[in-house]
Amino acid sequence: MDLFKAFGGKSNSKDIAKERLQLLLVHDRIDTSPRFLEMIKEDILNVISNYVDIDEKGLRVEITKERKSDDTFISALHANIPIKKMKQVIR
Amino acid sequence: MKEAIVITSGKGGVGKTTTTANIGTYLAMKGYKVALVDTDIGLRNLDVVMGLENRIVYDIVDVVEGQCRLKQALIRDKRFDTLYLLPAAQTRDKTAVTPEQMRKLIQDLKEEFDYILVDCPAGIEQGFKNAIAGADRAIVVTTPEVAAVRDADRIIGLLEAAELHNPLLVINRIKMDMVKRGDMMDIEDIIDILAIDLLGVIPDDENIIISTNKGEPIVLDEKSLASQAYRNLVERFLDRNVPLINLDVGNGFMDRLRRLFKMA
Repeated sequence: MDLFKAFGGKSNSKDIAKERLQLLLVHDRIDTSPRFLEMIKEDILNVISNYVDIDEKGLRVEITKERKSDDTFISALHANIPIKKMKQVIR
Repeated sequence: MKEAIVITSGKGGVGKTTTTANIGTYLAMKGYKVALVDTDIGLRNLDVVMGLENRIVYDIVDVVEGQCRLKQALIRDKRFDTLYLLPAAQTRDKTAVTPEQMRKLIQDLKEEFDYILVDCPAGIEQGFKNAIAGADRAIVVTTPEVAAVRDADRIIGLLEAAELHNPLLVINRIKMDMVKRGDMMDIEDIIDILAIDLLGVIPDDENIIISTNKGEPIVLDEKSLASQAYRNLVERFLDRNVPLINLDVGNGFMDRLRRLFKMA
């Protein structure tokens, strides 16, 4: 608990700015329509759900920028796929 | 050693021209031979920020069209004799110069100068393409605002696509009191998002407007914090081991209390 937030009246609009930017840039960076990520999402969903039950609402796909060990930056496609349970049949 | 650096931002009004003028002036103060090139054809302003607007005879378009020699168009600074300005044309548009002509121009300038600083127009069209042609490195200027950071990110992508790798970031007009209140993105927030190396941070400072009113780059005035920040930026440009200037000079009761609790 940040004592100064409670008493100092911090409004933290910068967190809102940062969050909005991060979301905005996901789309800007791939330089395509927001539909692009939706299409990837759907295809990932179709393939993975043959093997596991996944939480469709929790599925997140985004493009991020990461620093590599040699200090250059690369774009990466990150998919966060929450698993409900493994499908018995396949295992 | 000879290097052409383009100063760009995407969004207009974030301080490209002021940054170009100050980096160039301080490099010249340090004894380097510097050429400032204004590529904002139709909306030139570097001449005004440098206070050299009354000395323009020829411009960049005259040079590339062969109307005059390069040396005739270069205006020598009032204060430093190793500092020159090649002004943009005011009555033409961005298509008056091609990227090939720019590359040739930069090559020619490299014969005379140590550093060529190219002030890029806002936007991502022809003017931007001209400005980055022939550049060896890029400096991206942004302010701690959503729109400016977004455009900076777009520019970084375009620079990468044009094979201008590892651009350096300048965060302009930061207000430390707003950062402390949590109402302005901090240096770390912006670096986090843009993921490029930080060159320098310039505080929001009224003195910049005062110096621009007079046509004198602020680095000439040692006292102001913005001037020190620009000097620090240039020192870091020349040697990346130079630590970043500390702009957080607040020493009120709350500042000390926060430090005590390691919150600031």
